[in-house]
Amino acid sequence: MKNTFFMLAASMLLLTACSSSGSSKDADTIKIGGDFELSGNVAAYGSAELNGVKLAIKEINADGGIDGKKIELVSKDNKSDTTEAASVATNLATKEDVVAIVGPATSGAVKAAIPAVTRAKVPLITPSGTDDSVTLDSSGKVQEYVFRTCYQDSFQGITLANFATDKLNAKKVVIIGDNSSDYAKGLTKAFKKQFKGDIVDEVNFTSGDTDFQAILTKIKDKDFDVIYLPGYYNEAGLIIKQAREMGITQPILGADGFGDSELIKLAGAENVNDVYYTGHFSTKADATDKTKDFISAYKKEYDAEPSAFNALGYDSIYLIKQAIKDADSTDPEKIKDALEKVKDFEGVTGTMSIDKDHNPEKAAVVIQLTNGEESNATIINP
Amino acid sequence: MSSIFQQLINGISLGSIYALIALGYTMVYGIIKLINFAHGDIYMIGAFLGYYFINTLHLSLIPALLLSMVISALLGVVTEFLAYRPLRNSTRIAVLITAIGVSFLLENLMIYFFGSNVRAFPQAIEKKVYTLGSVQISNIQLVIIFITLFLMICLQFIVQKTKMGKAMRAVSVDTDAARLMGINVDLTISFTFAIGSALAAAGGVLIGLYYNSINPLMGVVPGLKAFIAAVLGGIGLIPGAVLGGFAIGILETIVSALGFSVFKDAFVYAILIIILLIKPSGLLGKNVKEKV
Repeated sequence: MKNTFFMLAASMLLLTACSSSGSSKDADTIKIGGDFELSGNVAAYGSAELNGVKLAIKEINADGGIDGKKIELVSKDNKSDTTEAASVATNLATKEDVVAIVGPATSGAVKAAIPAVTRAKVPLITPSGTDDSVTLDSSGKVQEYVFRTCYQDSFQGITLANFATDKLNAKKVVIIGDNSSDYAKGLTKAFKKQFKGDIVDEVNFTSGDTDFQAILTKIKDKDFDVIYLPGYYNEAGLIIKQAREMGITQPILGADGFGDSELIKLAGAENVNDVYYTGHFSTKADATDKTKDFISAYKKEYDAEPSAFNALGYDSIYLIKQAIKDADSTDPEKIKDALEKVKDFEGVTGTMSIDKDHNPEKAAVVIQLTNGEESNATIINP
Repeated sequence: MSSIFQQLINGISLGSIYALIALGYTMVYGIIKLINFAHGDIYMIGAFLGYYFINTLHLSLIPALLLSMVISALLGVVTEFLAYRPLRNSTRIAVLITAIGVSFLLENLMIYFFGSNVRAFPQAIEKKVYTLGSVQISNIQLVIIFITLFLMICLQFIVQKTKMGKAMRAVSVDTDAARLMGINVDLTISFTFAIGSALAAAGGVLIGLYYNSINPLMGVVPGLKAFIAAVLGGIGLIPGAVLGGFAIGILETIVSALGFSVFKDAFVYAILIIILLIKPSGLLGKNVKEKV
């Protein structure tokens, strides 16, 4: 009951916050919608992606737009809430008449938005919804209107399992999984399938937990080489802190959910050693020729180093631009058809071709953190 | 074996915080029979005040702790004055619903003004880990346990040895009789809210220090668990809240340690159901017959 009330209150706040953004229809602009987590649990992802999106749009508009038409961004906050993500998507697709939607950042929120965009026949590109089932429905059929610029979890899980075996020589692994998110469950499944060594123990937590002393004490005396920790930065940061302070020194392996500076703040930089995660992007390793230009443009605009989420948001906009050019139309259905056919699109996070399941085929980066700093990055091709 | 002791220490640190929050629930319930659901949010505000004092004003831990306790105490008094006092003679359900409303108001005000992001709590004291045999205890865990025990002793002193404490006990036994004896009932109730809120704020600052993470909804789950702790020990009884707090903290840790970490919250809520079915007056409660 508490949750319902909270959601009501939250949506009321949202409504008042957004009611002023009028929707004048202008044929000289191309409207692109943004459905992002700008507050709530994973606000860092959504806000970062929005920054990348804004930079890409600014560049395209400064360059004369797409065939002379300027891009107009209509961005709304989904509060890191799945229900809210769906209603934002509905609003963008039906009320704002956008040609395509970028976001949400997390898999659960994207899935909630699918029915809305499918009904309205508007393509949606998620920059970081990595769950395999985001682009596939329960029977394995592809979700017609959903695309992404990031690789999917099964690919991350496989990459991490290979990395653990090949680079870290790990034979025995402990899994600390997040039992409450589709993202972490998918990662665990893919890792288990690929990893040939022993899985010594598997413990679980739920998102929002802050006390991990009990589960860490449980694994502390076990004999293992690596901790596999699929989860988001909120909990992962605290787990890294509590594990290192307890004297657990084994390497910790995670996925793209680690990719936020808040992870280091929560864990304390001195505790973030021997931590590896699959990233979509690293300033330490140029994925394509465009990467360098993007990094300097981003630094100029925001006076900060770009993160993977910035880069993926940025790529999503350019992917839409590519599709609009290929389709030679701003009709959402034609954009969707063009997106399906994209080949060798050169983004800043890698060169991607959209496969039959609407996933981009592209390289992954494994990033190593030492004292809270990126100390090394390795590009791993699919 | 060593890991049993280790888990016990983990459980006691966690239990200390539940006990500090549970004390506020139980004192307020004891005196005006109100389950103050906004209490968990006072704990959250306490943590944010601590964050502000340490991060922005660069105070050290003890002054920051004391200041956030004082300000939270004032906040507790103000909410009582504005939200609960006008309903003094209303039905208990009306006051209960008001308390839930106050809880939402505090949460959403914090989200509105400060955003709902998780923040990293500043490390006010450098962490050291002491090893006794194979059991580790950190200085932060020791600080939590000692501050909790110290505050509980202070509370016991106030309730048992001071005039205000006597007034609190009198009001909790019979409000009308206490008023006839010349006790200022409103003042006593305000004082109770002040003390309860100060303890919750202390819990908030300590938990921020311990876990290094705070957010505007952090009070919801610990608030509910502390409420269960209060019920488990016997709501309205100060020793009951302490016992219940430690019991819930240790039980939760044991459940995680046995490998059922996903069910630890469910387990705590199951305790509430079981205790209400078997012994509604709580572990330390006596079965008092309703007087006619």
